[in-house]
Amino acid sequence: MEFVRNFPFISIILSLFSGPLSSILDRKKAKWWNMIVIGLIGAMSLAVLMYVLGTGEAYVYTMGHFTAPWGNEIRVGVLEAFMAFFFCVVMFLCMLGGIREREAEIEESKQNLYYVMINLLLSSLIALIYTNDLFTAYVFVEINTISACGLIMIKQNGRTIVAATRYMIMSLLGSGMLLLGICFLYGITGQLLMSNIQEQVHRIASEGSYHIPLLVSMGLMSIGLAIKSALYPFHGWLPDAYGYSTVSSAAILSSLVSKGYIFLLVKIFYRVIGFDIVMDSKVINVLFVFGIAGMIMGSIDAIRENNIRRMIAFSSIAQIGYIYMGFGLGTTEGVVASIYHIVSHAATKSLLFVSAAGITDVSGDSTDFFDLTGAGYRNKLAGVAFTAGSLSMIGFPIFSGFISKLLFAQAAVGHTFKMLPTLIALAISTILNTIYFMKTVIRIYTPMRKSRDREKKNTVVRMTDQPLKSAALICFILMNVILGLRSETIVLMIQNGLKMFG
Amino acid sequence: MDFSNLLNNYAEAISMVLFGIGFSNLLLQKNLIKKIIGLNIMDTAMYLFLALKGYIAGHKAPIVVNGVQSTEAYINPIPSGLVLTGIVVSVSVSALMLSLTIRLYYRYHTLDLDEITMQLEKEGL
Repeated sequence: MEFVRNFPFISIILSLFSGPLSSILDRKKAKWWNMIVIGLIGAMSLAVLMYVLGTGEAYVYTMGHFTAPWGNEIRVGVLEAFMAFFFCVVMFLCMLGGIREREAEIEESKQNLYYVMINLLLSSLIALIYTNDLFTAYVFVEINTISACGLIMIKQNGRTIVAATRYMIMSLLGSGMLLLGICFLYGITGQLLMSNIQEQVHRIASEGSYHIPLLVSMGLMSIGLAIKSALYPFHGWLPDAYGYSTVSSAAILSSLVSKGYIFLLVKIFYRVIGFDIVMDSKVINVLFVFGIAGMIMGSIDAIRENNIRRMIAFSSIAQIGYIYMGFGLGTTEGVVASIYHIVSHAATKSLLFVSAAGITDVSGDSTDFFDLTGAGYRNKLAGVAFTAGSLSMIGFPIFSGFISKLLFAQAAVGHTFKMLPTLIALAISTILNTIYFMKTVIRIYTPMRKSRDREKKNTVVRMTDQPLKSAALICFILMNVILGLRSETIVLMIQNGLKMFG
Repeated sequence: MDFSNLLNNYAEAISMVLFGIGFSNLLLQKNLIKKIIGLNIMDTAMYLFLALKGYIAGHKAPIVVNGVQSTEAYINPIPSGLVLTGIVVSVSVSALMLSLTIRLYYRYHTLDLDEITMQLEKEGL
């Protein structure tokens, strides 16, 4: 066995154990250790990705050499390795871009805890991506929730604590439903490993027995994960959680945590139940309807919002709606588009959050829309980055957002019932996106008189004043452009990955 | 209507009713402590369900005594393992919820989530 095959397991364990280590190191060292661990795991995931691309097939890593029905397994294919690599890159850049805010906003004694939470979060995300055991997935979903809650409430004020409480309540409802779904599935199949469950589910489906329990279990798992990833009617906790937490947390939560759950849902659809059975059920139609409602309602809420951070948070709801709409189409093209959108949204939303922090920073720390007048001139790079992110969200060519919209539209064409609603929703949502993002871009490039600038305690920040944040922003913009221009490679990888997935 | 399945599996039905009670408490109660109680009822109902899935009437707990190794003698141990894991998860989330509740109580001197939200709006943070 090649040594590369151990890397997924090593990354999970490394991340888990570096948590306690961060808590005893001193603050500066913990910060850099944390960055090093994220970088290291990213590099290992890249090595795994290269290996899997080379062999062209997924491999199974048995924990402790216990074989199939007894042992716990890790299963690695192209898609998993790519996601792990991508998540590490985004997390690294989010941490880099938020250093200054983190050190200003979090009490000194609590900063080490932040790194513990980040390590836990990363390990649970990677475990969610790689694991082949449904119950292990549930346990890591809970770990993910707990560490995400820590990330929200680490900046201590009333808002964040209430936001964390609301987040916990909704998440627990979601994980309760997920666990119930898993128990049902275990009850009718008697297996916990994903591939074994699929065999049994196919047998049950061909016999035609246990039709209702299977449907209920699918519904419970879908809705449970939908609540946790803030699909439209269950999004109440999201704006506060993203809007008031520190900037790295907001960026990580919106671009990675919710995506981890969605990735698990893809896994459940493809590997646990089998996509043809999911397609036959009516569950995906429900997701489709909620997704379309989310695309439009999320954007409308964002238009009405005057706080820039909350506006970006509402935009996340709309984007989550896109992803679920893609699943709802019930075709492989739709799922490919959704997964591409997961990637593109993660790159764009973290760019927006980090650049919004740069913009509010030079406007007397106000997040109010009207205080941002002329911020694009005061912090040039953040202005450019915010514009790039906005254009990508709207779906401007050369940015990644364009490709995902194109893929969604292509996936919808030829669908008997769902084509028209999808295309109409895409059009409306794009217009609404344009309204609120362009409104903000125009606002930050509206010049303000010098005298008012001084009166409002606005400051000017040059690129070289905050080298780390500037580097992160530039990397984010480049990532967006690369995803937009080299999309074929990524789409091909996702398609190959999905083939290996089942 | 045929209720024989329901009568045979009455324990599963009870666990689902309990799950519903816990779920709606967690969702609808205003008081944070009552919410946490709801959470615990919900989780416990799930453990009851899982334990029932592993139980085989007449068989013993899966601990080898007197050298009896036949599978006929014992119940399925995996659901019990899952219950244990579930309990660990549930304890940690309950502890986290309780600590959040304590923080909110110190800050706002109430356990009512709606009232806390109203006070937050007054603060205008």
